[in-house]
Amino acid sequence: MDQNAIDKAPDAAAAWPDQIYGLLKKHDIRQVALVPDAGHSRLIKRCLADNGMKVVTLTTEEEGVAMLLGTWLGGEKGILLMQSSGVGNVINMLSLSILHRTPMPMLVTMRGDFGEFNPAQVPMGEATQAVLEAMGTLVKRADTPADIEPTVDATIRLAFNTYRPTATLIGQRIIGAKTFGKD
Amino acid sequence: MLASSGKLDRRELTRALLADRGDMLVIAGLGAPAWDITAVGDRAENLPLWGGMGGAAMIGLGLALAQPRRKVLVLTGDGEMLMGIGSLATIAVQRPANLSIVVQDNEHYGETGMQETATKHGVDLVTMAKGAGFKHTLFVTKPEEVPALREAIHAGRGPFFAVAKIDEASKKLVLPPREGAFLQARMREAVLGPEAHHQL
Repeated sequence: MDQNAIDKAPDAAAAWPDQIYGLLKKHDIRQVALVPDAGHSRLIKRCLADNGMKVVTLTTEEEGVAMLLGTWLGGEKGILLMQSSGVGNVINMLSLSILHRTPMPMLVTMRGDFGEFNPAQVPMGEATQAVLEAMGTLVKRADTPADIEPTVDATIRLAFNTYRPTATLIGQRIIGAKTFGKD
Repeated sequence: MLASSGKLDRRELTRALLADRGDMLVIAGLGAPAWDITAVGDRAENLPLWGGMGGAAMIGLGLALAQPRRKVLVLTGDGEMLMGIGSLATIAVQRPANLSIVVQDNEHYGETGMQETATKHGVDLVTMAKGAGFKHTLFVTKPEEVPALREAIHAGRGPFFAVAKIDEASKKLVLPPREGAFLQARMREAVLGPEAHHQL
């Protein structure tokens, strides 16, 4: 990870990115749509290295919501990875999941959430859960490393078993806030 | 196939493109393209959209990646394509050979009072698609060019992108089913068979 990068990646010793990858395999997730986030960087690397997964880097997160409808129409399972700011970009497109009853699991790494340094991240970070729920998404938070595996597992199961948008918000407390040496 | 304006008639164009379509799957953007594919013949292999503006091409991508042996056509309007224009970059990078996108370009937002779109003012979607990396594109304005367009859609040498300039007039409304769960389930069954509804 670039030490000058503005976002913070999980600690190299953290087990949870690999646990999420294991869950994607367990649930036979074949299409991974994403706008990169530092919090998901190790997971993204694992997915890119997996020939059984099609990783699609999006220009905006709403593309991923539309893509997940196509994924399900074609009989595969997909998931959308993004940062909390990206949730603001998907709001109207989530209509597709409600209208068509399409499973759409989302894993959101939070910014503007816990000890944020960048003021621009705070408005969308504060609104993330509210806007997802306003669009019918079932949202669960994971705020400790031990929460992540069971919460992500539940989020994926809930999407595919009950045909709706679901999300795990991975709290910034887990990933940490970058401070540019201004502690 | 020409309207009185001298431009292509959208419904006749749709009919020509979908003739002898085999098991091709068709996603239609909201508004007139959805009415067009329904007028030509509503069927399980059609997904006419009622919303999700800007998402039609990406629905096509997810479907094309999941079913690489089946042809997938996204038929949409210029306003809908402009709203999701970044998806051309996303799709070009993925290079799905079985995906075609055809924009029926009437240079107007047809469902909201015929306001002009950017294509009315010179924005060239084919050039944008080429810039994104689409190697196979067509720009169609005449009936004699339509057979080549149909051939390209069915050839499986995608990703393929085309613009067909069409007459702006609205046609008779032919509404598809509005129940989205039904539209999704019937296409899944057409693709996967009855087991589509028993997936664990």
